[in-house]
Amino acid sequence: MTVDLSIDTDLVRKVLTGFLRSEITRAGFTRAVVNLSGGLDSAVACALAAEALGAENVLALRLPYRTSSPDSLEHAQLVIDQFGVQSLTIPITEMVDPLIERFPDMNSVRRGNIMARVRMIIAYDQSEAFRGLVVGTGNKTEILLGYTTLYGDSACALNPIGDLYKTQVRQLARAIGIPDVILTKPPSADLWQGQTDEGELGFTYDEVDRLLYLLVDQRYHPQECVEAGFDEAFVRRVVERVRRNQFKRVLPPIAKLSHRTVGYDFLYLRDWGT
Amino acid sequence: MKVTIALAQIATRLGEVQANLEKHLALIRQARQSGADLVLFPELSLTGYALQDLASLVACRAANDDPIFSHLLQASRDLDMVVGFVEEDRRNRFSIASAYLSQGEIIHIHRKVYLPTYGMFDEGRFFAPGDSVHAFETRFGRAGMLICEDFWHVSPPYLLWADGADLLLFSSASPGRGLSKAPSLESAAWVEHTNRAYAGLFTVFVAHANRVGYEDGLNFWGGSTIFDPDGKAVLRAPYFEECLMMAEVDLQQLHRTRARLPLLRDEKLEFMRRELERILRKDNFR
Repeated sequence: MTVDLSIDTDLVRKVLTGFLRSEITRAGFTRAVVNLSGGLDSAVACALAAEALGAENVLALRLPYRTSSPDSLEHAQLVIDQFGVQSLTIPITEMVDPLIERFPDMNSVRRGNIMARVRMIIAYDQSEAFRGLVVGTGNKTEILLGYTTLYGDSACALNPIGDLYKTQVRQLARAIGIPDVILTKPPSADLWQGQTDEGELGFTYDEVDRLLYLLVDQRYHPQECVEAGFDEAFVRRVVERVRRNQFKRVLPPIAKLSHRTVGYDFLYLRDWGT
Repeated sequence: MKVTIALAQIATRLGEVQANLEKHLALIRQARQSGADLVLFPELSLTGYALQDLASLVACRAANDDPIFSHLLQASRDLDMVVGFVEEDRRNRFSIASAYLSQGEIIHIHRKVYLPTYGMFDEGRFFAPGDSVHAFETRFGRAGMLICEDFWHVSPPYLLWADGADLLLFSSASPGRGLSKAPSLESAAWVEHTNRAYAGLFTVFVAHANRVGYEDGLNFWGGSTIFDPDGKAVLRAPYFEECLMMAEVDLQQLHRTRARLPLLRDEKLEFMRRELERILRKDNFR
């Protein structure tokens, strides 16, 4: 079974830059802040923001931890130089380590979450200082899989690439001219040495994107995905992972008591009145 | 007879009727100065689309003494127009409506019959459906109006055709969706495909005004069109760009096309009625 995730990158670029311009300006802002990890997703988000708002109106943040790969810092700099955006480098080690050191048995998930949330704090602080909205960098694959830290890297004011699978973000990145070295390296959250997304998830983006496309976009039943040639255990694992992570994709439920409750029957778009 | 039709492919402000009215009046002036006879605005052009709980707050009545419609009726002394709004009826039901205004008069109001309430759409939660489609006389012959989902169904355009409409005036606020390697979104390609088909199948003019802009994450793709009775594109507005575009259509094309292709002459309405009655009588119909 062939699943074609090819996209028309000109069309996507037009919609996404229009989205950023419209949604940032009608909220009363003209600028954006992006946490630039050195990876593909944030490079694309940063380039789109620069195209939408003008490079001088985008602040890219490099937020390395002591174990972060030097490549990440360098690759982020390539993006900053190429697109001419403003930048700040703020090492997070001295903010993260005092908390980590209080719990000597802290595992890597907790450590990683702390780093992601400290980066969120800095992005939102710079959002106020720079008067720019935080542009999200999560793609559709990681949002569906819940491969993200809640209130960490998932936190943003708006997200231009959240409806593109990782393999589609890569196509867009190529069209935008993201440097080859970023396009070709293995995706990684770089929360600890040697971490790669595909190693941690246990499957490749190419495989899981095609499966998610059938399950989510084409509304295939899991059994139909197996019949289409996907391994049954893999399908079951992905379906369960998507279900288990729904909590990361919705606002926390509010216990309903009144006639009108936020989240249930108090319904307005964010663009209300603009 | 030749008619210059203008398509006002606008972005709207969500829930800000006064601001949207001002944009209408400016574009109506511009259309008039450019020689348009008729200007067509998108669905809910006076209010914005995803209104949710704003629906009851932005509703109005198409009447001479309405503070919004009085301005539009005044402007309609110079050219005809179709505008989109939320209508509140005497018993406080809210509809998605389009009004045809001409020479200071309300000629016709259409209330959206098919309210999409599936997937990303939730119109049935907030609005009452209309229950009729009527063609009506204009200065340019008999016309009919439909709103977005109305023309995703084949019956409303067919009924307008049967009711004598030679000019189908469609308006929509169509969110773009369906990404592939094609240069337009699947929703855009589909609407163009069906509108062209209606023009050719019914040998009528089909003018469609779709909006642009964003509401939260939704994009509206524009791409407004006019097709002639041969199914040929007379006008194609760009995707995603706010614009006022116009084209002159020659109503005599109806004569030429129908002389060649008498689909209207040969259409068997009685056969249609008889078969529909039979189908509706069948016990297993659902």
